[in-house]
Amino acid sequence: MQRVRSPLAIAVIAAVVALIALLAYGLSQNEPDRDIEQALAQGERKDAPDFELDRLAGAGKGSLADYRGQVVVLNFWASWCDPCRNESPLLNRWHRKLAAGNRGTVLGVDVLDVSDDARDFVREYGLRYPMLRDGEGDVLASYGVIAYPETFVIDRQGRIAATRRGPVDDRFMREEVLPLVRARS
Amino acid sequence: MTRTIAAVLAALTLGLPAAASAAECPRTTVGDVEDEVMCPVCGTPLALATEAPQAVRERALIERLVADCQSKEQIKDRLRAEFGDEVVALPGGDGFDLAAYLVPALAVLAGGAAVGAAAIQWRRTRERSAPEPSAPAPAAAERLQSDLDRYDL
Repeated sequence: MQRVRSPLAIAVIAAVVALIALLAYGLSQNEPDRDIEQALAQGERKDAPDFELDRLAGAGKGSLADYRGQVVVLNFWASWCDPCRNESPLLNRWHRKLAAGNRGTVLGVDVLDVSDDARDFVREYGLRYPMLRDGEGDVLASYGVIAYPETFVIDRQGRIAATRRGPVDDRFMREEVLPLVRARS
Repeated sequence: MTRTIAAVLAALTLGLPAAASAAECPRTTVGDVEDEVMCPVCGTPLALATEAPQAVRERALIERLVADCQSKEQIKDRLRAEFGDEVVALPGGDGFDLAAYLVPALAVLAGGAAVGAAAIQWRRTRERSAPEPSAPAPAAAERLQSDLDRYDL
């Protein structure tokens, strides 16, 4: 004999199905852009999206284009991000290496952060590399950034040569940055 | 004498605004502000984002501004300067933003309905499985009757 469900049970099932459908739709809408990785997997380098942002300390603006002709290690970070704390001293050391001879730079972009907290962070770690500020997170989508820190290595022609979704380590820097610095432009 | 009166008047004049502003402080509360602003990283109203590190920092900033006796509007202006206009824009009423309102409402409805359905089901099962009062077995009934007959009440 076929069992007939009560209207209440049908309503509950419908509500649960609606919730699951909404969740699935939300997940599909928030899928991060992974064009950069796809291009790299095919041996191609995409042009790094340019941006112009306020400087974290002092007045004025800075842009990625300011560093055209140099190797740029573009690092998205925030003072509330614990892994960012761990990688900052390493990035600082590499900036010193790159800046010697004007061969390259680390460029920090502080995102979705309280500016006073970010400046305290920079002071605490004695960071010397240039810092821009993206309080509204406008640049994140063009690089497909969804977590922090994320780092993009940009060659002298302004193309993305490598990415690291997560904190960088010395090995990554040696394998991905050094060859670009040594390559003749 | 005149000097004393002048000094008292000067002290009162200087002291009054400070006393007045102290009476007005704090002009708002963290709870009041966090209901009306977003946690930009979480994509939810700040009041709902309790654990996210960015929300913790944002809340700490609001606490500092509240302690500095800033009004709700002044605090919102500061948050706009830090995070842009979207920080004070609660989820919209169309597109996927609508889910921010629909999902909690649906969840509450579904939860309530599930509890109600479970209660009804439990009640029906209990009614069905409750044992019917049964007549005593013939031997027991006979023994009971003989016991009763023995006592002349």
